[in-house]
Amino acid sequence: MTPDRAASAPADAGPGSAAPWWVPLGLGDRALGVSGFLAMIAAGLLLMFGLPMVVELFGLVQATVFLVMAILALSQGFIWGYGGIMSFGQSAFFGLGGYTYAVAVLNLGDSSVPALLAILVPAGFAALLGYFMFYGRISDAYVGVITLTVTVILFNVMNSTAGDIYHIGAAQLGGFNGMPSVPPLNWPGDPSNALDPEALWYVTAGLLIVVYALLRAILASRFGRVVVAIRENETRATLLGYDPRLYKLIVFAIGGAIAGLAGCLFTNWGGFISPTVFGLAQSAQIIIFVLLGGLGTLLGPILGAVAIQYLISIIGSQQTLNANLLLGVILVGFVLLVPQGVVPAVRSLLRVGR
Amino acid sequence: MTGAPLLQAEGLTMRFGGVTAVDAVDLSLGEVELRCLIGPNGAGKSTFFKMLTGQLQPSAGRILFRGRDITGARTHEIARLGVGIKTQVPNVFNGLSVAENVFVAAARTNSAATARRKAAQALERVGMGALAGRIVGQLAHGQRQWVEIAAVLAQDPDLILLDEPAAGMTHEEVVRTSELIREINQVHALIVVEHDMQFIRMIARTVTVFNQGRILIEDDVDRVLSSQAVRDVYLGKQAA
Ligand SMILES: Nc1ncnc2c1ncn2[C@@H]1O[C@H](COP(=O)(O)OP(=O)(O)OP(=O)(O)O)[C@@H](O)[C@H]1O
Ligand SMILES: [Mg+2]
Repeated sequence: MTPDRAASAPADAGPGSAAPWWVPLGLGDRALGVSGFLAMIAAGLLLMFGLPMVVELFGLVQATVFLVMAILALSQGFIWGYGGIMSFGQSAFFGLGGYTYAVAVLNLGDSSVPALLAILVPAGFAALLGYFMFYGRISDAYVGVITLTVTVILFNVMNSTAGDIYHIGAAQLGGFNGMPSVPPLNWPGDPSNALDPEALWYVTAGLLIVVYALLRAILASRFGRVVVAIRENETRATLLGYDPRLYKLIVFAIGGAIAGLAGCLFTNWGGFISPTVFGLAQSAQIIIFVLLGGLGTLLGPILGAVAIQYLISIIGSQQTLNANLLLGVILVGFVLLVPQGVVPAVRSLLRVGR
Repeated sequence: MTGAPLLQAEGLTMRFGGVTAVDAVDLSLGEVELRCLIGPNGAGKSTFFKMLTGQLQPSAGRILFRGRDITGARTHEIARLGVGIKTQVPNVFNGLSVAENVFVAAARTNSAATARRKAAQALERVGMGALAGRIVGQLAHGQRQWVEIAAVLAQDPDLILLDEPAAGMTHEEVVRTSELIREINQVHALIVVEHDMQFIRMIARTVTVFNQGRILIEDDVDRVLSSQAVRDVYLGKQAA
């Protein structure tokens, strides 16, 4: 919810009161008022500036990639939880963003335009793909199949680019080995002044907050309300004169842009990108982030991504347990015990409690 | 009535495989006219509505809205021209609040502030103002119908199609619905499908009777309801 709505109806804002009638989005996010939103932003800023004071650089670098995954999870959580679009291919836009940044920055030197392209190219690709899917009367189930197929195709294409002949300008694509030594983001216009890992933490955390706030604003707008209405009942929305194809296309393109941004940050984090970003494991993980955290919320995917990444990093550092097996057990356990996801479950508990 | 009629169906036909659900129907409706459409189960009334709103593409025939051919137009385009419908099976946004449902209906052509005001007005009109904050999916069937009617009102269409608006309502609710329909009819044209003959008597002037996809009779309400042919089709006998 954006602050301007608070001004128009101050009486029913605030998390303690009953949800104002015009707060849409049913389910999980109903409980979030203006003060809830501001509290979220404040918590984000606290984390952004507080964490570097309490953890070593190594921990900060790890936390950075957690937040990169949180941004990626937001893209999935937005298009799926609010737009009702079941995409198995957010990793396609993630990878595309990463590769676009790598190729562009190796050619251009300065990172400003490459970072922009890493958002625009996946957004454009998502818009194109969305056009074929939504305007081509493809049923919802096939949207999953098509997005998955596109991801697999990109994986195979990038995998087969080994050898000197596969280059875009000065950038060697590198096939399965990927592209090493990708230059990091720099201060705009000054390629010699590159961001160090600590600066990348601030940029990533700041962008996560920005993406979260932007999505909140979109969802509070008229556009966002219609998007959610279409998810609820496409026939009714159409009978009211809305064209669901256009709304879905825009939502899908926004999701592509956010995933592309995450991909750009991911490449920056490792200074490296390879076709594994398009792998099925990556696609599946994004969906797990959202399912665990809670579909139909924005906070859920963020927490889901961070929690799972944290778990993987712990499990990965020991040898007794297979990480994938444990993850699988956790997922099944959650789906059976907390099918709506953690954030909606906690919110309904809080509501019952008061 | 002056100029072109608001709505004209010419030879409108819908075939489902071997079944002809609507068979060469000609129907004309004037501006701000109220028409009742009755007929036994399976007569093709809902199918007729689905063709008018673009949910089904007619197998044959034409639909003219204010003289403009809208046959084959997409559902949202027809809605934008000014056709609203309450469907037989309620089509509402179950996960959203009552007010949000109606807000979305008003918001396509209005600013958010105006839409909020119009939504509140429409809810008052159908007597649902007190339930504005409730989630629609948790309401009773009759109340969900009111929400859908309020949404159609907030959309402010020139032609309103109501498919069985009184179904599942108590007698008082039926009376209230009939009053509401007469009030709506001050400015909007309506076609109302209903099985409840008491209700039809409360609101109707001209009644069109469908039977097996065809128009059996179209006449003044008293003559239609006293017609032997109409009684026969409702009792399952074939019309002569
Ligand atoms: N999608 C469809 N596919 C095949 N047959 C259909 C379809 N929709 C309707 N029909 C058939 O068309 C005929 C007309 O159905 P319709 O729903 O229009 O009747 P109705 O007059 O609205 O009946 P009721 O009063 O029971 O609502 C019925 O025989 C029905 O079985
Ligand atoms: Mg019917």
